[in-house]
Amino acid sequence: MIGVIRAEFAKVITTRFWWILLIILIGYVAFTAAILAAAFGGSLPGSASNASQLPSDQLPPLIYSVASTIGYVFPLILGTLAVTGEFRHQTLTPTFLATPRRGQVMIAKLLTMASFGALYGVAALIGSVAPGAAILAMGDNGTGLGDEEIWLMFARTILAMALWAVIGVAVGTVIPNQVAAIVVVIAFTQFVEPILRTIAAFVEWAAELGKFLPGAAGDALVGASIFSALGMSSGPSGMLEWWQGGLVLLALAVVAAVIGYATSWRKDVT
Amino acid sequence: MPTGVSIDIRELSKSFGNVTAVNQLSFSVQPGQVTGFLGPNGAGKTTTLRMLLGLVKPTAGSATFGGKSYRELERPLATVGTALEAASFHPGRSARNHLHIYALAAGIPRERVDIVLGQVGLADYSHRRVGGYSLGMRQRLGLALALLGDPGVLVLDEPVNGLDPEGIRWIRTFLHDFAAEGRTVLVSSHLLSEVQQSVDRIVIISRGNLVYEGGLAEFDSDDRVLVDSPQRAALEAALVLAGASPQITDAGLLVTALPAAHIGAIAHDAGVPLSLLHTQQGGFERAFLELVGEGDQP
Repeated sequence: MIGVIRAEFAKVITTRFWWILLIILIGYVAFTAAILAAAFGGSLPGSASNASQLPSDQLPPLIYSVASTIGYVFPLILGTLAVTGEFRHQTLTPTFLATPRRGQVMIAKLLTMASFGALYGVAALIGSVAPGAAILAMGDNGTGLGDEEIWLMFARTILAMALWAVIGVAVGTVIPNQVAAIVVVIAFTQFVEPILRTIAAFVEWAAELGKFLPGAAGDALVGASIFSALGMSSGPSGMLEWWQGGLVLLALAVVAAVIGYATSWRKDVT
Repeated sequence: MPTGVSIDIRELSKSFGNVTAVNQLSFSVQPGQVTGFLGPNGAGKTTTLRMLLGLVKPTAGSATFGGKSYRELERPLATVGTALEAASFHPGRSARNHLHIYALAAGIPRERVDIVLGQVGLADYSHRRVGGYSLGMRQRLGLALALLGDPGVLVLDEPVNGLDPEGIRWIRTFLHDFAAEGRTVLVSSHLLSEVQQSVDRIVIISRGNLVYEGGLAEFDSDDRVLVDSPQRAALEAALVLAGASPQITDAGLLVTALPAAHIGAIAHDAGVPLSLLHTQQGGFERAFLELVGEGDQP
């Protein structure tokens, strides 16, 4: 089993995709964190008067959490590609020849991707905290880095990113076609879910369901989100508890992985 | 040195919906010789091999290596080496990394990667991405993966496709030596002529059914020899007397079921000088095509 996991690690690091995706993630998160810090932290001339309506103690978690609230799609895509790439390049044939017990391969992939998701989480946090804290400090705002709460949020961010990569693996087994899987992942995370969450913020009965959406659950796990900060899913029932959010993500991963295993993973490899 | 085990296919069947790809197929492959697995494209060869390797689930029947199914093998890559028709590589990965991944997964020492790269002649190109490889190089890499675990059994699907003549010669010699060490070799092809120089035994299937299993020598019993003499009538008489039934053609007398050496001896005993003695090529291929039902087609 150790060998199977090492093989899965080697599969990721012997192609270029994982670090290309990682660099884009860091750049995207750093850019967004910098813009938010500048806009709300009042270091831009004139911005403080009209934009900063947030209490200053809410600013650091809001800015740092973009690591996962906008970055979560990256581990999700990495996990999806780890599976769909095997289907696309027909490497499932040698994979299953070397490890005929297919369940082992799937578990090794899930564990490997959880590790890479955590790595993406650490990298994304560096990407959001470094410019975010610097800009906040320049605008004479607290960076919050002395706060225990912030560090717990970082830990939950890393856990969330690991879970997203695991969900990616599960999604890939449910939708083995690489193009279809990536289109579904991007369409859902970038368009469908934001629209549904916006609707949920305005329609009372939908709010109860809206907080169970994967992205909302992920934000709940991390404990801060640009969505909640801007009041898009506000209200007393706006978010799940952090551990409930984590369980929603875990349940999503397990259900999708079981469906994927029972369908594409056990199918004939021709 | 690892020794081979037998491959046993028993009543193996596979249906895809209403289509029966393989129908109650039974045959066995013994160590120490090269067995050719023949049939036209679409006969069910690849499906049979994929069932044997646990990649495709049979509708019925069993396929085993020394009594164990592929999934039951404790060290699959070290027991059975496989190169299947559809070469499966990630184009962005180097040959060395490709092999290293499966060595890790199967618990095979890393040194084997360099050994097999050298064996198939890819050592100088092993750091290049496989996406830039020619078809022949991909075939060699597929073979390198098959050899990675130093297995006692080799299963190769159409291994000479895309190889240059030098590569084909090399693989023939290689398979012969491999079997001579007591290992088992099963090699598929849709052309008998491609493997007839390198196989000892053949299994032929057509439309999912077994049509022939046995030695190559027994397969083509109607060897045809073209023979002629300035005294053609005397030659014909001598051949008839020896029990042959020569056909008269423009080029000479066509004799079936007698080897050329025997015909020469008959002529010598009868005191008839020969002007021509020639065994006709292509007998195997003709018999093969007749057997698989393509000989009738125009």
